[in-house]
Amino acid sequence: MDDLYRDEILEHYRHPHNFGTLPEPDAVHEGSNPLCGDRITLMLGIGETGTIDEVAFTGRGCAISQASASMLTDEIKDKPLSDLARLGREDILDSLGIDISPARLKCALLSLDTLRRALADRVAWQAVTE
Amino acid sequence: MTTASTSVDAPLDPIAIRADFPIFQRDFNGRRMAYLDSASTSLKPRRVIEAVTGYDSRYTANVHRGIYTTGEEATAAYEAARVKAARFINARDSHEIVFLRNATEGINLVAYSWGRRNIRAADTIVLTELEHHANLVPWQLLSQEKDADLEFVAIDEQGRLNQESFRVLLRTRPKLVAFTHVSNGLGTINPVREMVAMAHEAGALVLVDGAQAVPHGPVDVQELGCDFYVFSGHKVLGPTGSGVLWARRELLDAMPPFMGGGEMIREVHLRRTTFNDVPWKFEAGTPAISAAIGLGAALDYLSDIGMERLRAHERALTEYALEVLPREVPDIRILGPRSAEERAGIITFNLPDIHPHDVATLLDRDAVAIRAGHHCTQPLHERLGETATARASFNVYSGRDDIDRLAAGLGKVQAIFQRPGATETTREPAAAVTG
Repeated sequence: MDDLYRDEILEHYRHPHNFGTLPEPDAVHEGSNPLCGDRITLMLGIGETGTIDEVAFTGRGCAISQASASMLTDEIKDKPLSDLARLGREDILDSLGIDISPARLKCALLSLDTLRRALADRVAWQAVTE
Repeated sequence: MTTASTSVDAPLDPIAIRADFPIFQRDFNGRRMAYLDSASTSLKPRRVIEAVTGYDSRYTANVHRGIYTTGEEATAAYEAARVKAARFINARDSHEIVFLRNATEGINLVAYSWGRRNIRAADTIVLTELEHHANLVPWQLLSQEKDADLEFVAIDEQGRLNQESFRVLLRTRPKLVAFTHVSNGLGTINPVREMVAMAHEAGALVLVDGAQAVPHGPVDVQELGCDFYVFSGHKVLGPTGSGVLWARRELLDAMPPFMGGGEMIREVHLRRTTFNDVPWKFEAGTPAISAAIGLGAALDYLSDIGMERLRAHERALTEYALEVLPREVPDIRILGPRSAEERAGIITFNLPDIHPHDVATLLDRDAVAIRAGHHCTQPLHERLGETATARASFNVYSGRDDIDRLAAGLGKVQAIFQRPGATETTREPAAAVTG
């Protein structure tokens, strides 16, 4: 009845996948949209072969931001890091499968932005420690 | 003559008044927009639009410069708007009215001009937990520069200022007390006159942010007794880019200029300048002439309606909303003062487990416009423990039909989020996903 709030999105919002924390994450980032108060903390466990072995997130916010995070964490699990670099906004919008107005685009893309920053933080950390 | 000015004592008829606002003729999927975001900016009546286009099409010229017909007309219209603004808030003297872009610019002007000259290290400025970012950030910047202290009057659970907390803070002998007349976040009407008297007794000057008060009821700066008062024209049915700082004449006379340039000068030499009289000393460069003229027209329009009538209308609407919304939407949580007497036409609320952005997006499908977010009051939201809230706010064209559409829309929002087959929300984080 309403595309933007189709069942799959509401289901991800109500019962988010991979919702929780990792005790010893290899990368972590807290992303937020201060204007609307959407917030996501993303944690990644990265295996020796460079794949995402574990992923978890916690957060609060609108249905779009939280469903997008839930779908993204499903998407990146078991994927090599090299694949993640190729993930773009189109991939996120494709998995959401809805038309997003410019005003709500930030909500949809918060999870991707948080993922990129988590990976960038990790690269920066490695550069310092190596 | 507009439909609005038919009778002085009769209750205001928003449905007739809507004929004065061209935007209501626009079709939103077969419906009139139910505009419930007037606290953000107000809609504009034809009289204001015509005042702006009148200047732009018939007598475009700069003010205080042109020695020709249109230049004189423009100057006369601009200065007439100043007199209208002075009368509207009962200023003693129209020279006490400075035209600016908005209330924010008025507060910044006071912080930079009066503040930089008068605030010193270890001085205290008292603000409140209710403040809009506009009445918070300029004082943070000033206090950082001067190494001064900021203190905040606490609020109670209904968003009313705790007067005992205020009394205690006044013992710090603040130089300035700055607070909002009406909270844009919760609609709380503050007891300005009493607080001004207390602050003056403690030796402080008082700035009042009237951005949410001037649009919704009569304001008399002499009766309030404050020293500075600011408001935005675009919330009072006027154009964007129009705003007013009022201050007592002797304060304005003593304050140094805020910006330098044309208009604000008397004589300029290569190494020194003498300044113009107030208020022009604070209006550097070509001002927003059409915006000021449009604001004058808006204040005329509202004066014809009568601000007492407008306040009575909004109080009745607020009462109606406080009664209808909890009845039609049983889960709704309304924030702020519980009585319509203590709040202006602003209803802030949340629905359980539904983010206000989702509420606003879904209401928009039915052409119901509300605000969702923190409404430029992040510290207030932190204090209330809310990430974000939804807000419906009224003005002269708002009616019971708008509130009925809001209530029906909220019912639909809940139905979408609680479709059959949906189970209880499980959004509490698990201790850990994996070990």
